[in-house]
Amino acid sequence: MSAGWTRDQMAARCARDIPDGSYVNLGIGIPELVTQFVPEGREFIYHTENGMLGMGNPPAEEDRDLDLMNAGKKYVTALPGAAYFHHADSFSMIRGGHIDACVLGTMQVAANGDIANWSTGAPDAIPAVGGAMDLVQGVKRIYVITQHTTRTGEPKLVEQCSYPLTGAGVVSRIFTDLAVVDVTSEGFKIVELAPGVTFEEVQQKTGAPILPPE
Amino acid sequence: MIDKQYPSVAKAVADIPDGATVMVGGFGASGSPVELIHALIDQGATDLTVINNNTGNGEVGLAALIGNGQVSKMICSFPRSSQSKVFPKLYREGKIELEVVPQGTLAERIRAAGAGIPAFYTPTAVGTVLADGKESREFDRRPYVMEPWLKADFALIKSEVADPLGNLTFNKTGRNFSPLMCMAATTTIVQTNRLVARGDIDPEHVITPGIFVNRVVEVPDPVHEDTLIAAGRSYP
Repeated sequence: MSAGWTRDQMAARCARDIPDGSYVNLGIGIPELVTQFVPEGREFIYHTENGMLGMGNPPAEEDRDLDLMNAGKKYVTALPGAAYFHHADSFSMIRGGHIDACVLGTMQVAANGDIANWSTGAPDAIPAVGGAMDLVQGVKRIYVITQHTTRTGEPKLVEQCSYPLTGAGVVSRIFTDLAVVDVTSEGFKIVELAPGVTFEEVQQKTGAPILPPE
Repeated sequence: MIDKQYPSVAKAVADIPDGATVMVGGFGASGSPVELIHALIDQGATDLTVINNNTGNGEVGLAALIGNGQVSKMICSFPRSSQSKVFPKLYREGKIELEVVPQGTLAERIRAAGAGIPAFYTPTAVGTVLADGKESREFDRRPYVMEPWLKADFALIKSEVADPLGNLTFNKTGRNFSPLMCMAATTTIVQTNRLVARGDIDPEHVITPGIFVNRVVEVPDPVHEDTLIAAGRSYP
C-alpha cells in the first residue's frame, strides 16, 4: 500500500475534527463520505441547502419520494426530527452563521484561505456557482477535503488561486491524502502528516511555503 | 365567495405574453411544475426570461421550454447538471443569455421582491467576479455587496395541497424556491396535486398563505421529470 490517506481515511480524519452536536453542510464528492465516519458517541445534523435539516442516507429504490432530494439532486431520506423549509430560510441558516461546519471539495485553495471551486474561468465553460459562495461566507468553519495535487500532479494548495475565487480568506483547515493543513496568519501549516509521508514530500507538492508541524 | 380555481393548465397560462418574466418553482426535478410548463410550451409565448435554480434536464419540462426556443434569458444559480443538454448547447451557440446568481442571493432577491425591499447587502460573492461592478459597503468593518430585488410577471408553482383561496402546502424538498416565487410574481399560477375545500387545511399548517396566489389548477397524479427522463420521453 502506498503512503498517505485514502478518500475514506480523509473523510474520517475530517469527521474527527467536527464537534458533537454540529450542524453540518457537506459538498458533493469526497465530503459526502463524512457521514460514514462520524465518531462513536457524536451526532451531527446534516443541512442540505435545498431545504432540509436532518438529512439521512439514500433510500432503497422502492422507498424513494421523488421530491426528496439533496443539493446534489440525489434521492435521500429524512431522519426522525427532520425539518423542511424554503430556500430563503435555508440560506438564512447559511449566511446568518447558524451552520457550524461546511466540508467542500476544491480546485484550488490558497495560503491566505482563498478558495476557488466553482469555475475554471475558461472561455467555453458554463459558469455554475450554486450555493458555494453563500456557504463559504456564512458557515462558521470551512473545511476542505481534496487530493493534494491534481491528476497531472499540479499543486492544489497554492500561493494564490489562478481560477476565479469562490471566496476570499475563508478556509480554516484542509484535509488531503498527504496531510492535515491549517490556514494560519503565516500561511499553510501542517497539523498532521499521513502515515509514511514526509514533510519534505508535502512541501514539494505544495505550491506555497508550508510550515512544519510543531 | 373568492374562488381561484382554474379548469385547466391551458386556461391558467393562456395570458402569458411574449417577453414576460416567468419564475418557475423547483430545484432540479423536485417540485417542478411540469404540467404548467408543458402548457406554456403548447401556448407558445416566446422571448421569455425564466428564473429557476437550474436549466432543466433531459428534453421535458423546463429543458423542453428552453429547447423549443421560447426562452431568451435564464437567471439561475446552477445552469448545468449531469442530464442538462439543451441549455448548454444553446448557450454555446450564443442563442440564450445567462445571468448566474449565487443560490442564496437568488433566493433572497426573490424574497426581497415579495417583501417590498428593493435591495439588500450580502457578504456572498464579496471578492469574486460575481461582485464586479456592484455597489459595496462596509458594516461593522466587513464588506458587503448590494443586490437588487428580483420580480416576475408570472410564477409557475407546484403544490401538494391547495384550497380555493390559494393556501398551499408543499411536499418535502419540493418546497425550495416556490413560497418565495409566489410572493414575488404579479400573477402566481399553481398546479396542485390535491385541491381541498376551504377550511380543510389547518391554518397552522399553511406554508404559503393564499394572498400570494392568484390561480389554482388541480393536477392529480402529476408526472415527474425524472420518471419522464428515465422513460426516454421528450416534449412536445
